[in-house]
Amino acid sequence: MSGAKEIRTKIKSVQNTQKITSAMEMVAASKMRAAQARMQASRPYAQKIRNVVSHLAHAQPEYRHPFMAQREVKRVGFIVVTSDRGLCGGLNANLFRRLIPELRKCEQRDVEVDLCAIGNKGAQFLRRLRGNLVAQVTHLGDTPHMADLLGSIKVMLDAFRAAELDQVLLVYNEFVNTMTQEPQVETVLPLPAMDDPVLDEQRYSWDYIYEPDAALVLDQLLERYVESVVYQAVVENIASEQAARMVAMKSASDNAENVIEDLQLVYNKARQAAITTELNEIVSGAAAV
Amino acid sequence: MANTMHLDIVSAEESVFTGEVAFLAARATEGELGVMPRHAPLMAQLKPGEVRVRMPDGDEQYFYVSGGMLEIQPHVVTILADTALRAKDIDEAEAQEAKRRAEETMRSRSAEVDYARAQTELAAAAAQLRTLQNLRRKRGS
Repeated sequence: MSGAKEIRTKIKSVQNTQKITSAMEMVAASKMRAAQARMQASRPYAQKIRNVVSHLAHAQPEYRHPFMAQREVKRVGFIVVTSDRGLCGGLNANLFRRLIPELRKCEQRDVEVDLCAIGNKGAQFLRRLRGNLVAQVTHLGDTPHMADLLGSIKVMLDAFRAAELDQVLLVYNEFVNTMTQEPQVETVLPLPAMDDPVLDEQRYSWDYIYEPDAALVLDQLLERYVESVVYQAVVENIASEQAARMVAMKSASDNAENVIEDLQLVYNKARQAAITTELNEIVSGAAAV
Repeated sequence: MANTMHLDIVSAEESVFTGEVAFLAARATEGELGVMPRHAPLMAQLKPGEVRVRMPDGDEQYFYVSGGMLEIQPHVVTILADTALRAKDIDEAEAQEAKRRAEETMRSRSAEVDYARAQTELAAAAAQLRTLQNLRRKRGS
């Protein structure tokens, strides 16, 4: 009977693990759906601002906002969006793998780097990297609020406005679908020229009435636009996190199933062997009598 | 249809309202602003306050916005609402806070490095100890 009891305990423990992983899978699935809905909900705002800004840029071609200033790149800011928690497969690791060559490239060109971490994993990683971390925000939870992000975004925006930074990049996981999440590196500042081909054809003959004045309105809009881009990235990263966790937990549950099957086989054999031995003993005992 | 306009109230986090309305009033920085359909194109900054909306059937609805932008085109009105109260000093405080958190993380690095070093030293010591014990056992047997 040796080993049978140990195997049974082992099976029990794997079953318990499987219960946890399958529960986490289901939780992640429902959270992912919520996060996807949030992703959709925040799109119209950015879209709308984009429309308005591209119109303004056409109507006021002489006005140049500081956010649009193209400078020689001497110092780059990275906004790195990661998840707060682990157990989500290779999501964060893939992101860092994408980020490191970028950082190295900067190093080779003698470009200095400022880092801003959104999310706990990124903060820990960048600290280990001994990068120059200028701002961070962690523990956003599943429903991030714009208000929580504003501080760290402002640090970067101010630095760009003061010409301390010449470029600001945003690093996050793009949610392609449940199975695929792509690490992305996007340029946030300087703002790319907002050319909308549809608007170009229309040829504006009219302009808005501005209250209080065009430059002020444009300033505020551009700031909001950048914020909404970062917010969008954060929301998308959360959807990616939940999707990655769901997939990771699903494969963990499946693996547990396999392990249990194998262990069950070993257990049955051990049991059978024990019974056979016992029978043998009884029969040979009876024969001796 | 002629006497209505399409209104969207969107914030960065969600779409608050979308639909046809007959009239709306909002508080811009320069004062209260009433908008009827076929208003001239206008762009205004909003102050925190309520937006009053009259539906085509005469019902009135109120929305609170904590500031934002109002964009008017003859048949489409869009309110780009802020998600939170925005004031220069609040933003400034938030930025300081974000910086402080980063500095704290950077500072705690040294502590972690010390911890990591202690851990490796401990592991090395444990390995030496194990080797010694193995040697002793061999010599004993």
